[in-house]
Amino acid sequence: MKVGLLINEGPYNHQAADTAYQFARAALAKGHHIQRVFFYNDGVNNASKLTAPPQDDRHIVNRWSKLAEENGIDLVVCVAAGLRRGLVEDNLAPGFRISGLGQLVEAGIESDRLVVFGD
Amino acid sequence: MLHIVNKSPYEKSSLASCLSHALKGSAVLLIEDAVYAVTKGNAAEDTVRRALQDLPVYALGPDLEARGLAGAVIDGVKVVDYGGFVDLVAEHRTSQSWL
Amino acid sequence: MTQVAEAVERETQTRAVVKKFMYVNRKAPYGTIYALEGLEVALISAAFDQDVSLAFLDDGVYQLVKGQQTKGLEVKNFSPTYRALEGYDIEKLYVERESLAARGIREDQLLVPVQVVDAKEMAALMEQQDVIIGF
Repeated sequence: MKVGLLINEGPYNHQAADTAYQFARAALAKGHHIQRVFFYNDGVNNASKLTAPPQDDRHIVNRWSKLAEENGIDLVVCVAAGLRRGLVEDNLAPGFRISGLGQLVEAGIESDRLVVFGD
Repeated sequence: MLHIVNKSPYEKSSLASCLSHALKGSAVLLIEDAVYAVTKGNAAEDTVRRALQDLPVYALGPDLEARGLAGAVIDGVKVVDYGGFVDLVAEHRTSQSWL
Repeated sequence: MTQVAEAVERETQTRAVVKKFMYVNRKAPYGTIYALEGLEVALISAAFDQDVSLAFLDDGVYQLVKGQQTKGLEVKNFSPTYRALEGYDIEKLYVERESLAARGIREDQLLVPVQVVDAKEMAALMEQQDVIIGF
């Protein structure tokens, strides 16, 4: 199946980003195609290249960048939600791109399934 | 439909809202803090048992294990891993996350 | 096909697909941003010619209460935006009867015309959807 993911919460504060990541890994392992991962609300903070979490725990932002690079996944940060929260091109981690909310709607149209991860 | 609930029934009413909208043929998957709802002896046990009469209820194993609850699941609730989560999404035409 | 022609073809095919999108609103306004940012998604989807409906249940029904006055909070009152939905051809607003009743809200206290449905009807409406987005 082609599956799209919507992530509405930032890294660490809520489990949403972790659950979504593990779901994405499992989907890829089963041969499914991740059509897009769209970051909205505080989810845009998953794309900040400024995070420096403790070294003995997972690095959520880098994990997304690596997953995208290894699997050609489209990681999209909502421009409006990003502006609101100070997530812009200058502090965008590798593998992410900033675009409009239309990309979320398009993900809903083009995917076979859209799964929402939030609070 | 696959109904996904992620909050403890003691924190939010999302499990109750979900169950009052889950039709026969649907499935309910509990993830993150919602797995507390399927532990034996918790106040939501009756609610879960009633739901089980009409539809399958799943709980995400890694979330149970993280919370030290893996051995305490209500009979009839099926424990799945992330692969099982993916299979459930594929199996049902749509999913709805009750946040 | 050239790259441009391929992109146009893909875009046309995407636009040709019409899915039933339901935006589920279960949270009150102002206490969190979900009501506002959820509404923004609904408005954007109007540009895609999809079959869009909005569901309001649980605390989501509070989003539609008349007379919101936010001067004291110094935050933007975004409730007039619900009245703009109609202009975007988004006319299917379903509000759950049980949620209104539990909160002591009458239909005439809502700021836009809505279709009040009970939980069973709401469940059936949800089951018909292709894409469900809740916040």
